[in-house]
Amino acid sequence: MIGAPLLEAEGLIMRFGGVTAVAGVDFSLGEGELHCLVGPNGAGKSTFFKMLCGQLKPTAGDVRLRGRSIAGLPAARIARLGVGVKTQVPSLFDGLTAMASVRVATDAVLPPTLSRRRAEEALERMGVSRLAGHVVGRLAHGQRQLVELAMVIAQKPDLILLDEPAAGMTGAEVDRLGDLIVELARSSSVIVVEHDMAFIRRIARTVTVFSQGRVLAQGPAAEVLADARVRDVYLGKEAA
Amino acid sequence: MTLRDALGWLLVGAAALYALVAVPAGGELTTMINGSIYASYAILALSLALIWGYAGILSFGQAAFFGLAGYVYAVAGLNLESTPLAAVIAVAAAAGFAALLGYFMFWGRISDVYLGVITLTVSLILYRFINQTAGEEWTIGAAPLGGFNGIPSTPILAPPGHPDEPFLPEQIYMLAVAALFACYVICKLAMATRFGRAVIAIRENEGRAELLGYDTRLYKLGIFTLGGAIAGVGGVLFANSVFVSPNMFSLQTNGQVIIWVIVGGLGTFAGPVIGCFLLMALSTGLGSLDAGPSFAVLDPNLVMGVVLTLCVLGLRQGLLPTALAFGGRLVAKARATRGRGAAELRRPAEERP
Repeated sequence: MIGAPLLEAEGLIMRFGGVTAVAGVDFSLGEGELHCLVGPNGAGKSTFFKMLCGQLKPTAGDVRLRGRSIAGLPAARIARLGVGVKTQVPSLFDGLTAMASVRVATDAVLPPTLSRRRAEEALERMGVSRLAGHVVGRLAHGQRQLVELAMVIAQKPDLILLDEPAAGMTGAEVDRLGDLIVELARSSSVIVVEHDMAFIRRIARTVTVFSQGRVLAQGPAAEVLADARVRDVYLGKEAA
Repeated sequence: MTLRDALGWLLVGAAALYALVAVPAGGELTTMINGSIYASYAILALSLALIWGYAGILSFGQAAFFGLAGYVYAVAGLNLESTPLAAVIAVAAAAGFAALLGYFMFWGRISDVYLGVITLTVSLILYRFINQTAGEEWTIGAAPLGGFNGIPSTPILAPPGHPDEPFLPEQIYMLAVAALFACYVICKLAMATRFGRAVIAIRENEGRAELLGYDTRLYKLGIFTLGGAIAGVGGVLFANSVFVSPNMFSLQTNGQVIIWVIVGGLGTFAGPVIGCFLLMALSTGLGSLDAGPSFAVLDPNLVMGVVLTLCVLGLRQGLLPTALAFGGRLVAKARATRGRGAAELRRPAEERP
């Protein structure tokens, strides 16, 4: 851990009827840390992610941001506390242009005089300035991912949560995204949920591996990803 | 401001000039009485255009605020010395009622068709309630609610300080048209602010807006209340153009306003106003044929039904967006032709055919 804990989860549980998606997870993230959540499909990482950003209210347990409990708070309140979220399925304003979409993000945190400039900077940083006047609903999947990321980074949040940010991107876009996430981690703490192991190896400093709603392993990326249990989970031996 | 926006304002300004200068100069009293009724209804259409077209909130009972403001105005006007004060109270009552209803709906996370059902039900409850207020016991101060007949003695607005000199129908017409343009400008300006941009974003994707830190309930409540206030302005002017009656809350009024918005063009402000004026004029025109020998062929309801069916089938975007898209295609074509012509001129003479 690089600094004092920014985000902590304690005994986090999420049940949907009789199904337990997350079964008591403890987690801690330091200031300025870049952390990846990995695991096979159905491991509970996306449910865990949604509890962090307020999209789901935990059945039990607590989530604390800088020591303040945020478990069960509405997503808008958590966002205003400095948490930026990129969802698994791109969540955009399809009828608006890329610029108008990012303006909505910057309007939420800045006065009008500064909002436009910040939106332009965010689009430029994501390399999509040329798409500023394009309607988001007509963009290609990878471009939509980049516009959504521009919306998130434009607010300059303290904590950035990214759920499968590289999904549907081209090789060049993934490379650029990897560099960008590493750069973002210099000014914000970042949690990335991801499947792509090559991408994780490239960006992650620390990794938490989820399996069947629990934390299977946690620690430095190289060490955890070399763990035999983690390999078993990914190769399906545990299930067999 | 883009060229298209500038042209839009120019056309709206020209329409305002025509309605406020040319029509009164013609001096036809019937035209002006009809004009004030149309303008009142157009303000109602504008209120639905705002909350449905821009905020994505389909209120099936927008006439509730229209009728409520009309009745509050009539009752307050009959009990108070000042009709302008009664008008202010009426608009505030419509806005307040919209805020109260909106609070329960938006904090209860009710949306889509359920919101439509609730708003329609509220309007029909008011309709049923007012309909049964015929007895003398239903008198508020000096104002008998009048049941099915409404309040034919609805007071006419008078200038502040001159309660005995009510406005003439021509002046009510001018007031109604001026109020319509004022409401249009308020709607346009509201949508150009940070609040307006957030409302449109919430219409596009409420979940994403929340993830960006917007308490969407507050924004929806704000726009719904503004819509209620605007519908209230329409109700007050309608009360001054005719008089208040339970029909202001009826299913027919609620249905009509939705049709005006659809035919004029959802997602625009001028479209629903145009839709309202055209369909009201058509309805009035067909209604005047009703006693003639052509009655059997030109039944107004049948003709109106055919017109609406054709509009929905042929102009899915509505009149104004279709016309704008057509204009846009013409401009693009003209530019392409001019571009080809210029390229042709740049070619050396010997290469030209």
